[in-house]
This record gives sequence, C-alpha cells and structure tokens, in this order.
Amino acid sequence: MEFLHYGIGRWLHIMSGVMWVGLLYYFNFVQADAMKQAQADGTAAGISKHVAPRALLYFRWAAVVTWLAGMWLLGDKVDEAFLFRERAYIPIGVGAWLGTIMFVNVWAIIWPNQRKILGLAPASDDEKARARRVAFLASRLNVVLSMPMIFFMSASGGLFRTAVFGA
Amino acid sequence: MKNPLDSLAGTVLCGLALTAVLFYLVRTLMGG
Repeated sequence: MEFLHYGIGRWLHIMSGVMWVGLLYYFNFVQADAMKQAQADGTAAGISKHVAPRALLYFRWAAVVTWLAGMWLLGDKVDEAFLFRERAYIPIGVGAWLGTIMFVNVWAIIWPNQRKILGLAPASDDEKARARRVAFLASRLNVVLSMPMIFFMSASGGLFRTAVFGA
Repeated sequence: MKNPLDSLAGTVLCGLALTAVLFYLVRTLMGG
C-alpha cells in the first residue's frame, strides 16, 4: 500500500505536474508571442482552432490530476501542511497553498475566459477582449506562482528540507 | 505604471522575487 501511495502517487503527481506547468509555460513563453505574429500574417486561426483547444484540454485536466494526487500524497497530514501546524510541513504547506491557488485560477478564471475567447461560450466582441486580458493576466500570475511553488515542492522533503531551510 | 506581467522578463522577475521573499519567511519561521 505504501508503494502505491508514495511510489505511484508521487510519480503521478510529478508527471501530471510536468504536463500542467509545461503547458502553462508553453502558453506564456511560446504561444502568446507566436499568436501576435500569426495574427499579423493571418495564420492565427491555425493556432486558435487546432492547437489551443487541445493544449487547454490537457492543461486543465493535468491540473486536476496533479492537485488530486497531491492531496492523496499529503493524506492525513493535509491539515498539518495547509494550516502550518508542524514545522517540518511548512515548506510543503506553502507549496500546496501555491498549487491550490494556481489550480483554482485555472478552473475559475483561465478556463471560463478561454471558453469565451475560443467561441465555446457566447460573448460579444467587448466581452471577448476583456476575457483575453483577464485570461492573459491570470495565466501570467500562474507563471509567477509556479516559481516558488516548484521551489517549495522540490525542497520540502527530508534531506533537501534540512539543506535548504536548516530544519 | 506598466504592469510587470505584460512582459516575460517582468513575470520571471516577479516569480524570483516572490520565491526569495517566501524562502526567507519560511526559513525564519522554521528557525533555520
């Protein structure tokens, strides 16, 4: 059972996390600028029709798998981590809070606004322009949050925690 | 004032700054 929980669970958490944050970085480091250039030469439809919907599908569901696997990994220590009850759980607690904020950001802000941008939800041109700005800033915020989140996730275990935080 | 999140460099700098602030905060809280 421990193998399933810590072996498979952690593997699943990291794999889906790589897909989630990898696609987040793709959107921000690659697609955002590519889209501007594609709009200038009239080829943006290729990205918005064929690439973005697929990338968003894997992006938002990878976020679900990552978050659920993370909660499963924390198990009965979830309150120690989220409420910072135990000193050793402070780093993973900070990582878990940042990951949870990012997860909520995906499903409550980014995805509903992307639905309007991609025409999957009804929206006027003004609403689409506003949705584009909101989704862009929410996505950029997730890039900002991902940096300390990955730092705390990777420095929260045993040997690493002692080396980085001295306790 | 320009929003730092409008540029990739500004976004990465914000991420680094937040990481540094949280790191020192947590390190202090843990007594390290």
